Amino acid sequence: MTLGDILVNVQGVAKHYGEGETRVDALRSIDLRVHAGEVIALLGPSGSGKTTLLNVIGCILAPTSGRVELDGDAVFDGKWLRSDLRRLRLDKIGFIFQAHNLLPFLTAEENVSVVLDLAGWPSEKGRARARELLDYLEVGHRAKAKPALLSGGEAQRVAIARALANRPRIILADEPTAALDSGRAQLVMDLLRKLATEQEACIIAVTHDEKIFDRFDRLIHLRDGRLVDT
Amino acid sequence: MNLAIKDIRHGLFRFVLTCFGLGLLMTVVLAMIGIYNGLVADALAVVKAPAADIWVVEAGTQGPFAEASSIPADTRDAVARMPGVAEAGAITYQTIEAAHAGQTLRLYVIGFEPGRPGGPQRIAEGRGLGTSHFELLADRKTGLVPGDTIRLGRNRFRVVGLAEDAMNSGGDPAVYVTLADALSLQTALDPAAARVQVARGDQGIRPATVAAVIARLEPGADVALLTATVRQWKHLAALSQIEQEDLLLASVVDRARRQIGLFLGILLSVSAVVIALIIYTMTMEKLKQIATLKLIGAPDRTIVALIVQQAMILGVSGLGIGLALILLVKDNFPRRVVLEPFNALVLTGIILVVCLIASGLGVRAALKVDPATALGG
Ligand SMILES: Nc1ncnc2c1ncn2[C@@H]1O[C@H](COP(=O)(O)OP(=O)(O)OP(=O)(O)O)[C@@H](O)[C@H]1O
Ligand SMILES: [Mg+2]
Repeated sequence: MTLGDILVNVQGVAKHYGEGETRVDALRSIDLRVHAGEVIALLGPSGSGKTTLLNVIGCILAPTSGRVELDGDAVFDGKWLRSDLRRLRLDKIGFIFQAHNLLPFLTAEENVSVVLDLAGWPSEKGRARARELLDYLEVGHRAKAKPALLSGGEAQRVAIARALANRPRIILADEPTAALDSGRAQLVMDLLRKLATEQEACIIAVTHDEKIFDRFDRLIHLRDGRLVDT
Repeated sequence: MNLAIKDIRHGLFRFVLTCFGLGLLMTVVLAMIGIYNGLVADALAVVKAPAADIWVVEAGTQGPFAEASSIPADTRDAVARMPGVAEAGAITYQTIEAAHAGQTLRLYVIGFEPGRPGGPQRIAEGRGLGTSHFELLADRKTGLVPGDTIRLGRNRFRVVGLAEDAMNSGGDPAVYVTLADALSLQTALDPAAARVQVARGDQGIRPATVAAVIARLEPGADVALLTATVRQWKHLAALSQIEQEDLLLASVVDRARRQIGLFLGILLSVSAVVIALIIYTMTMEKLKQIATLKLIGAPDRTIVALIVQQAMILGVSGLGIGLALILLVKDNFPRRVVLEPFNALVLTGIILVVCLIASGLGVRAALKVDPATALGG
């Protein structure tokens, strides 16, 4: 496989929470490159720093030190280099959260199209795109339901649709298939794979789900905040 | 996609309830404004009723409303003869209690000379006073109707007509009688000692006195010149209509006005705090959703709009409900509640500003929230 552009380039990133006795070193000198078209899994025991790393890549969390480049642009080097981090997230990054975090006052369809709305899509086109994604993820029939009425798996698929809506090139997923049965988990992996190839995107997914390990190009292991070779 | 409205519709029942609560608060604020206006309007009603240009009263007094005034009844002839005066009338005021239909009525008795200034401007029902004795025109609020009779002093008066919005600054409804009847009523209600004197035949000692003489001027007549002329009679003073109105507002209504004004201020402050609290709480409950919005890339503009729009919708609906309620109940108040469109407009302005400031608090909290708080894991 020929490798595409480097979409995520993390160099010497460290992150600790708290100071003194309460200090927790969640990440210690992480180096990671992810190319367009790659689907990689982030593995490791609980507390090893997986979520922390995703948040750093997603520009939600400032690392203590190190450098982060996204899609060729340096965004962090000891400090944030861009002031419009939210616009960056809207355009480049799709999040699939561990807790799905849908907006309770919007329907499934609106939860997806709101992203496109924010990105400036005409509402008709946004709705059509939302429907298309929901249909593909087999939750199209629940498009008009509010999140409170969705099952865990349905809500998770709506959240995935939201993450993919604006065709981001970097998709960060924290346990994307945890709430899904294995058939649907395979479907989501198919979708992520298709996205990676067609849109030249990269996917970094935290997972414990051994059934889908073979669907990743690379498995990256974290232990005590360090990347370890397997 | 309007997030503010979507969110409101999601929790519609609660939002409507909140608006209704705020609406009740606004009703109280509007009622207070209305009562204040009513107080001023009522107080001025008695001064405005005769449509006079100048008031001639006892020297050294600010009569006849702010202070008691007593001048000889024949002053009217002297005033009427003055150049520039079109017509003049003597007038008396007294408050008495009378029994009617098993109840005690507090009445403000106005004595005037039929055919001269001093009577009601409009007869709402029945006819005006004739020259015969013991006829009476009553304000509708007295509950009297034409044909009723009521005992005032030693005599029974017959109600021949009804007037509207005539009362003193205390809110006692007015009745009009002829000056002659009013004068004999005055005598009948004099202290016992005086009555004894009258019974002895000392009538001549006390010339008939009235509270004031009012005059309407010919077009183009100089009010200032006329009042100055009147003041040359050492026992008389004169006030223009405007001075009389200002005097009444300053002396009689002022304290009540400050009282209500202060209360209104407190009420508005309470409303402001309540609105601020509601909006702040509404925002705090949505913090996690706001964090999610930030996470998916929503700009501050979207988040500020969400909060400010909800605050405005809350404020405007509360005000609307308040207005609707006060218009429904205002006629059931024992005293007049007068609301001008101007008052509603000013209140709308105040409430919108309060909502804006209140949303400022919520906006601050919302803008500070870290998008990472949206992440559960
Ligand atoms: N906000 C925080 N403040 C202090 N310590 C934190 C904070 N967030 C995470 N940590 C600590 O940092 C370490 C790494 O946490 P992280 O959430 O990245 O782990 P994880 O690999 O995602 O675990 P899990 O598989 O349970 O989700 C843990 O020891 C955690 O307790
Ligand atoms: Mg985690």
